[in-house]
Amino acid sequence: MIEGALWRRWVFFYLPMAFFLLFLLFPFYWMLITSVRPDGELYRPWNSINYNPFWTWKPTWDHVRQLLEETLFVTWLWNTMFIAFVSTVISLVCGVFAGYALSRLNFPFAGSLGTGIFITYLVPQTLLFIPLAEIIRNYRLGDTPWALILTYPTFLIPFCTWLMMGYFKAVPKELEECARIDGASRWQAMLYIIIPVAIPGILSAGIFAFTLSWNEFIYALVFLSSPEQKTVPVGVTSELIRGDVFYWGPLMAGALLGSIPVAIAYSFFVEHYVAGLTGSVKG
Amino acid sequence: MAVTTATTTTFGETPPPRRQRLLEDERWLAFVLLVPTMVLLGMFIAYPFVRGIMLSVTSSRVGVPGDFVGLANYVKIWNDSIFRTAVYNTFLYTGVTTVFKLALGLWLALLLNRNFKGKAFTRAFILLPFIIPTVLSTFAWKWMFDPTFSVINWCLFHLGAITGRINWLGDPDLAMASIMVINIWRGVPFFAISLLAGLQTISPELNEAAAIDGAKPWKRFWYITWPLLLPVTMVVVLFSVIQTFADFQIVYVMTGGGPANATHLFATYAYQIGIGTGLLSEGAAISLAMFPILLLVVIIQLLYIRRVETR
Repeated sequence: MIEGALWRRWVFFYLPMAFFLLFLLFPFYWMLITSVRPDGELYRPWNSINYNPFWTWKPTWDHVRQLLEETLFVTWLWNTMFIAFVSTVISLVCGVFAGYALSRLNFPFAGSLGTGIFITYLVPQTLLFIPLAEIIRNYRLGDTPWALILTYPTFLIPFCTWLMMGYFKAVPKELEECARIDGASRWQAMLYIIIPVAIPGILSAGIFAFTLSWNEFIYALVFLSSPEQKTVPVGVTSELIRGDVFYWGPLMAGALLGSIPVAIAYSFFVEHYVAGLTGSVKG
Repeated sequence: MAVTTATTTTFGETPPPRRQRLLEDERWLAFVLLVPTMVLLGMFIAYPFVRGIMLSVTSSRVGVPGDFVGLANYVKIWNDSIFRTAVYNTFLYTGVTTVFKLALGLWLALLLNRNFKGKAFTRAFILLPFIIPTVLSTFAWKWMFDPTFSVINWCLFHLGAITGRINWLGDPDLAMASIMVINIWRGVPFFAISLLAGLQTISPELNEAAAIDGAKPWKRFWYITWPLLLPVTMVVVLFSVIQTFADFQIVYVMTGGGPANATHLFATYAYQIGIGTGLLSEGAAISLAMFPILLLVVIIQLLYIRRVETR
């Protein structure tokens, strides 16, 4: 427990903690309150009298209805989910295989390959999006989900590989040797002995990869053009703003609903997510 | 070898097919396991990188292949005052936000490192800014910074701090500051949780021993916690520097580089030139101009990891 006099506890713990929670969580509260507040209340200037921006007595579903009925939001949600799921699965398969090879097999250039993958881990998407857009167009993948499903693994695989290497290194060599003596081939030992042991690592990598692909923006912005192909972040950005007019109610409802799937996935795997996050840094 | 004979005697009368025998060889197995990764990374990282360099020395634009022009694009951006502003902004943005993210993140990590009721819950909630898609949460901030309906103005007005409205995104300096606040907001949870993981590996006995010897909390932090936390801190900072340096989403949503191109970063300016106006080659040159700096950070990181590992 926190020791010391009461005032010390307040000054050194409760107040700073309250400050952080307010700072970090207020925008989400603001999203929520904006998305249920009627337009008449929403667009009152900040200095009008008797105006309380933090609460509403007349909550409305209008913005949510408008979002779901008059825009392609549900399609975007489905697109994002599909793209995030498939690219996560591809990255996990590649990452687990590559992580196993790099951490447990002896072969020439293993070290430099590992370093190479680590370097691609640090390549930001914004470095390559222009030539990639050209390549996507040449492969005739533009404006299809495959443009993203194939490119998202470029930032997911290095991370998955890196994380899985850490998990595989922790599995004792003897476990594999026992299986081999009992007659398992290398392939079988990997598939049935080593990979099951590393399942917590695979879950961590998977949940982290899923949130990263849900979050991705610039590739989706550049590679997709027709409204029915877009992902949530791009759809909300391009279709809920007409010229200079922002539809704040539906926009905030979209931000909220677009965050909920990833927040739910996260809430089920908080511990794995944290392990993935810290593992991705420590390696 | 003993292992191989064991395999053949147990598994069968017929010798295993050639494919399986190949997979028994470590080098072949490694090759097979690495092929999918290498193909994807080769096609969508290495190839685009080469393509990008080739693109940046031509005069190509959307629909026009263009000719070889040497370093003309680089010379052009070097003399471009907006590009210079973008470079200055990117360094300022990265520097300022990293300092704040580290300081606040470390403070939050130290708070979370104590035992209190609802700790797991608090930790889960604190990560939300990092989980929620940046573009979506940035819209919430944009609404909070809205010139006419800003809740921040409302608060400041009712606290008596201002009398007129503040046009947050209309003034270059205020716009830059607003963007930094959002980046800090998004980055603090990442720093806090990573540093917390580092703090938890430090044995509490060290601090207790020092406390018994009469060291004050501040001294204990400075002489025990900080040095032991330094390796994790280094890695977290370098990661964050790379991500922040190449940031795109926050500026794109908040200002789109405005007012009057005053808040561009490398990435948003590359997008505006390359995709917005269709000058592909010049856009490619602008984003590749980030590369030397990113490379430097990566090299520092690799050297540092190696030093820590060999110690």
